[in-house]
Amino acid sequence: MKSYLASRFVVLRDQERCIQCRVCVRQCGYDVHAYDSEAGDVFSCDERCVGCHRCVVFCPTQALSVRENPLSYRANANWRPEVMEDVLRQAETGGVLLTGMGNDKPYPIYWDHLVLNASQVTNPSIDPLREPMELTTFLGAKPEAVTLDPETGALATELPPQVPVAVPILFSAMSFGSISLAAQESLARAAAEAGTLFNTGEGGLHRSLHAFGEHAIVQVASGRFGVDPEYLEEGRMVEIKIGQGAKPGIGGHLPGEKVSAEVAATRMIPVGTDALSPAPHHDIYSIEDLRQLIYALKEATQYSKPVGVKIAAVHNVAAIASGIVRAGADYVAIDGLRGATGAAPKVMRDHVGIPIELALAAVDTRLRQEGIRHRVSLIAAGGIRNSADVLKAIALGADAVYIATAALVALGCRVCQMCYAGKCSWGIATQNPYLTRRINPSIGARRLANLLRGWSLEIQEMLGGMGINALESLRGNRLHLRAVGLSESEMRVLGVRPAGE
Amino acid sequence: MRGTPTRNNPYGDGKVVDACSIFGVIDVTGRPFSGDRAIAAIACMHERGNGLGGGFAVYGCYPDFADWYALHVMYMEYDVREHVEGYIGSHFQLHLAEPIPTRHVHTISDPPQLWRYFVSTADHPLAGEAPDDYVVQQIMRINTRFRNAFVFSSGKNMGVFKGVGYPEELAEFYCLDEYRGYIWTAHGRFPTNTPGWWGGAHPFSILDWTVVHNGEISSYGTNRRYLESFGYHCTMETDTEVVAYAIDLLVRRHKLPIEAAASVLSAPLWSHIDRDSSPRGILLRTLRQVYPSLLLNGPFTVIIAHTGEMIGLTDRIRLRPLTAARHGPLLYLSSEESAIRLVDPDLGEVWTPLGGEPIMARVLAPGEGLPGPQAAARPFGGGTR
Ligand code: SF4
Ligand code: SF4
Repeated sequence: MKSYLASRFVVLRDQERCIQCRVCVRQCGYDVHAYDSEAGDVFSCDERCVGCHRCVVFCPTQALSVRENPLSYRANANWRPEVMEDVLRQAETGGVLLTGMGNDKPYPIYWDHLVLNASQVTNPSIDPLREPMELTTFLGAKPEAVTLDPETGALATELPPQVPVAVPILFSAMSFGSISLAAQESLARAAAEAGTLFNTGEGGLHRSLHAFGEHAIVQVASGRFGVDPEYLEEGRMVEIKIGQGAKPGIGGHLPGEKVSAEVAATRMIPVGTDALSPAPHHDIYSIEDLRQLIYALKEATQYSKPVGVKIAAVHNVAAIASGIVRAGADYVAIDGLRGATGAAPKVMRDHVGIPIELALAAVDTRLRQEGIRHRVSLIAAGGIRNSADVLKAIALGADAVYIATAALVALGCRVCQMCYAGKCSWGIATQNPYLTRRINPSIGARRLANLLRGWSLEIQEMLGGMGINALESLRGNRLHLRAVGLSESEMRVLGVRPAGE
Repeated sequence: MRGTPTRNNPYGDGKVVDACSIFGVIDVTGRPFSGDRAIAAIACMHERGNGLGGGFAVYGCYPDFADWYALHVMYMEYDVREHVEGYIGSHFQLHLAEPIPTRHVHTISDPPQLWRYFVSTADHPLAGEAPDDYVVQQIMRINTRFRNAFVFSSGKNMGVFKGVGYPEELAEFYCLDEYRGYIWTAHGRFPTNTPGWWGGAHPFSILDWTVVHNGEISSYGTNRRYLESFGYHCTMETDTEVVAYAIDLLVRRHKLPIEAAASVLSAPLWSHIDRDSSPRGILLRTLRQVYPSLLLNGPFTVIIAHTGEMIGLTDRIRLRPLTAARHGPLLYLSSEESAIRLVDPDLGEVWTPLGGEPIMARVLAPGEGLPGPQAAARPFGGGTR
């Protein structure tokens, strides 16, 4: 069927600069560029271009540029180009529209409406270059109180397992399968270098990454891929994945073509079979079932590591989180509306769930009202873009945050949203060895560790400016936030006051 | 009393901030002495206050009623007293009610009505096993339910005397020359964002715990929300209140020694804790892991007192001053050394404590000898940080 879709991008090649080296031909994962040996010319099939910039960055003579196709439609606030293109695409395929990465719709980004505080006069700011500045955070359940033996004065409290992170930023779940092993190894190495954790996602832990088990959160999702006693033993924390911000309420589907021998071995499934994660865990239909799984995993690991639960931010997230805490989870991770994915139905990604800022504030408030916030750690995910977002999340009540998109961007990702196609020119969201070889894990790890270092320096500066020298003193400290341009009800949910008040 | 502000935070700021002078003195033999020294010393630091608040805590001042809780109540409105007295009558056993003696001081205008009630929970069915918890609950209730009444002191054999004015004027106003105590703490206030309210002056108190504080706690929001989970309501919206409740939670409810509580409020740095694998290091680590939300961040010096004990503590990087001194059985704590030297010219030892190092002095048990040099100053468990 002839596609009625116009190409999204226009590839511009400066013929004066092009030396016909064919780097672009090799770099593009989408076969946009081709070499015409008869004409001795490189040309492009623009309609395949996804705007990933790989060719642009690698062209040795800067001959290439990519532009959004300046095609004009008759202006219509209702029938915008994207709306029409989706209709066309479905008319041509008859299927569910897939997409990758996080929600790209213009929902309010509350981070951009929250501003941080700083000291003036009454309270000296602290210079992190001269004074200690502590970011260490301990993840895991905490008891209500420390108890000393009344006779001897010796410590009588034994803490549940605590996992320290040197920066409150963890790499969110990205499975081997959804991303390449080289990309996952980059995350693992960077986590080890920066003293934080990466998350295996639901794809198991590849043998070659067992060395990084100390820095791994091993996920147990509805498909149970790659889960065996050794896997649980390897990880530093165990995470039960109930939901994901990009696709709350549905499972996952890794098509058989992507299930290579390595992916198959790691997931413990036959090569070439579809890896289907059911929408719910079929052994969890209620909160008491969740409790059983939490304790089954604790038993299996001899209570030696925290067991947490990750959920998508949905309407009644506060009540759900409270139930999860009472079910015995050591931490709760909440993934908001803008959380990313390797593949999800576009309609789910763009319309289901609530923003992380509101979800986080609501959960933190509810857990405090119930007097149980201090018992668990709270991890916020889905839409953290920079160090200011991290700090704002902590002031709203998070112990730490998960980042995923930001980490992939550090590896080259341009958020082209084509991850589900498995052709990623950056070698990230693909299993094609020709493409995955582009990521050298030690260079990838360098880039990621640099990012974490940069953010943590910025966090120290901002904390010092507020007159705070330990991150824990900002946790849930919403007095250090003010709202700009938000409604009364939004401020009520966020628990922040308007700027100037 | 007309025009007396009835709220601590009339502009609804995130919290009330102020700077101050603080002073404390204890006789570790437990011998009561007059307030002359404390009053002269705090007056010496006049420049550090601005006349918008001052106050004193005196321990050992009600020896004849030592078994009863002494509730000091201020009324900003005439009618409310009747209701509060009704409430006190029906929730406590009332032994004595009287106005707190005051004298006219021309700079102190429009004071509230000030009364004291000596009460016990003896036969109240709800007080049961934990009379202290019951008293705290009732005080929280009175302070939140009656808008124009405020209980500002509630311990046994101790009292808080505070208000709007310079501390030396308040000493005169409250006739403090007629009281004797074995611990005196004092405060002169420089509030930066409030017109000054009688209840907002220091010391802050709950049961027999008192806190005088100089500084601004930048972790206030964190501390406050944590304490709310445990039923403490920060009705005053000042960071000092948070210190008092934190101590109450840690020491009275969680039964931690005061040294441990001090190392929660001014937690040692992780780099120090990590070097210490002894039981003490493990204790410090556990405390910091369990109570991160009670770390007090930002510049502060506090003098905390309760029956038989006085503690001085600064933030861990010592952004506000504290000087300690000893002379025989007397231990002094002060914002400025000059104030101590003024009232006791021949001191034995004078020193500046390290940031976060608690200076503790308690009344000796019968037969116990005076501590050696700086012994009162040994940080938690001995050794230095
Ligand atoms: S490499 Fe990326 S930007 Fe370049 S042509 Fe291919 S899809 Fe387009
Ligand atoms: S990971 Fe690759 S395919 Fe996915 S958005 Fe980034 S560049 Fe595009």
